[in-house]
Amino acid sequence: MTVTWQNLADGLALGAIYALMAVGIGLVFGVLRLVNFAYGQLVMAGAFALALASQWGWPLWTGIVLCFAVVLTLSMLMDRLVFRPLRGQSPAVMLVATFAVAFLLENVALLWFGSLGKIATSVTSLNRPWTLSGVEIRKISIVAVIVAAVCLLLLNQLLTRTEIGLHMRASSLDSVTARMLGVRADRVIGVAVLISGALAAIVAVMLTVQTPLVTPDFALRDTIVVLAGVVVGGLNRPIPATLGGFVIGFATGVLGGALPTNQSQYLPALVFAAVILVLLVRPRGLFDFSRTVERV
Amino acid sequence: MTLVVEHLDVRYGGVHAVRDLSFTVAPGELVGLIGPNGAGKSSTLHAIMGLAPGTGSVRVDERELLGRRPEEVARSGVALVPEGRRIFAELSVEENLRLGLAARRAHAGVKQVFDGVYEQFPVLHEFRARQAGLLSGGQQQQLAIGRALVAEPEVLLLDEPSLGLAPSVVDVVFAALEAIKERGIAVLLVEQRAQRTVAASDRSHVLGGGELRLTLGPQDAGDTEKLVGAYLS
Repeated sequence: MTVTWQNLADGLALGAIYALMAVGIGLVFGVLRLVNFAYGQLVMAGAFALALASQWGWPLWTGIVLCFAVVLTLSMLMDRLVFRPLRGQSPAVMLVATFAVAFLLENVALLWFGSLGKIATSVTSLNRPWTLSGVEIRKISIVAVIVAAVCLLLLNQLLTRTEIGLHMRASSLDSVTARMLGVRADRVIGVAVLISGALAAIVAVMLTVQTPLVTPDFALRDTIVVLAGVVVGGLNRPIPATLGGFVIGFATGVLGGALPTNQSQYLPALVFAAVILVLLVRPRGLFDFSRTVERV
Repeated sequence: MTLVVEHLDVRYGGVHAVRDLSFTVAPGELVGLIGPNGAGKSSTLHAIMGLAPGTGSVRVDERELLGRRPEEVARSGVALVPEGRRIFAELSVEENLRLGLAARRAHAGVKQVFDGVYEQFPVLHEFRARQAGLLSGGQQQQLAIGRALVAEPEVLLLDEPSLGLAPSVVDVVFAALEAIKERGIAVLLVEQRAQRTVAASDRSHVLGGGELRLTLGPQDAGDTEKLVGAYLS
């Protein structure tokens, strides 16, 4: 197994994309205590929007606008039609509901687009390499890292500098007390769902660059890996969850490129064996170093 | 605004926690709710705040509160200082206070409101950048009251604010309640310290088994026999 600069760049890019997915999943978990298993299907829907836009010959920016419109609309519908009516139900009920939504969306895509899927070619120009100090690195690797860094920075500003950000943090810590203080749960959850959807749209754009063939199970495997990463990092806190997503993406990206072709089928087994090992050693999460600071 | 509670009943499944309870708290009044554990004191506050299911009527300024969500009740001018303080330990003192603004209806005058809270509780100004979980119990209680005051409520509910506090800190809390009452806020105080509550309140309702058993005035604070009798009745 040989690790090249491109492998490392691919690992960083996939880590960045997974970090964004982790934030998207973590934000909704924070305010709803809901692990949204259907998150991957939002990415899939956005990817199909990009594929259709490129099939219709639309310019790149309109394809991206369509992608955002589709994903944000689906996110809001998911919240209004499923999450909101089930709010207050047990976590098991909510989780099964997200499973149902995931399989519903996947099968709708199967009906509409077939199992062979569609090709999204509008942004594949980012797959061409840039030469940096004699090392060739695909543009998407650099773009993904920059986009993820900017998104995370903006999100951090929103959470720490704005009223709605403060309300989101309070709701994720203790939603009952936050509501008792006048924080509007519907508004906070709605904003979290929208931000989560916007991140899913960004992920859809970046993943279609790396994998232009969009099928109904697009991003499904990525979502499972990210969910594992989020739990490994520490589901209850946004920064550990994001780090967990990044690390598992980085490891998957580097190993995926470095493993010989005839051994690459063992990659998921290797990654999930590592996940189990980490959870056995640190069940509260690899990056959750928080301590209870409350005095009595 | 006067808080009017009429024929309030609170049930949790088969448990009848509050039975046919009626009382009022007018602006500038401090009314105590005392009684043994399980008497229905906290359930009353929770029902007013929309945190527990209740029947009957709870009105503020002729607006019915029963059946409303907690955030709507808070935005109607009612604030609760909950038992155990429930401050956000990971957020700073100032962020905790800013959360109180969520229920505030007016947008202007935020600085004056904060200045007023800092004047009443100087320790909150001193430690405004500190993580709230690092404050002492008494300081956290002051933060919980300050957070409620930031909303500029017209009705303030307090659930055992002196629980677990040192006697000197309890004095600070009761002095603060006196000052809050003088600002024209209707204050409903649930407490275990019966004698102290009866002495500080305009009237105190003794609850037992979810029912109103007796109403005492401040003149009864020194009458230990009457107090003990009220608890045992």
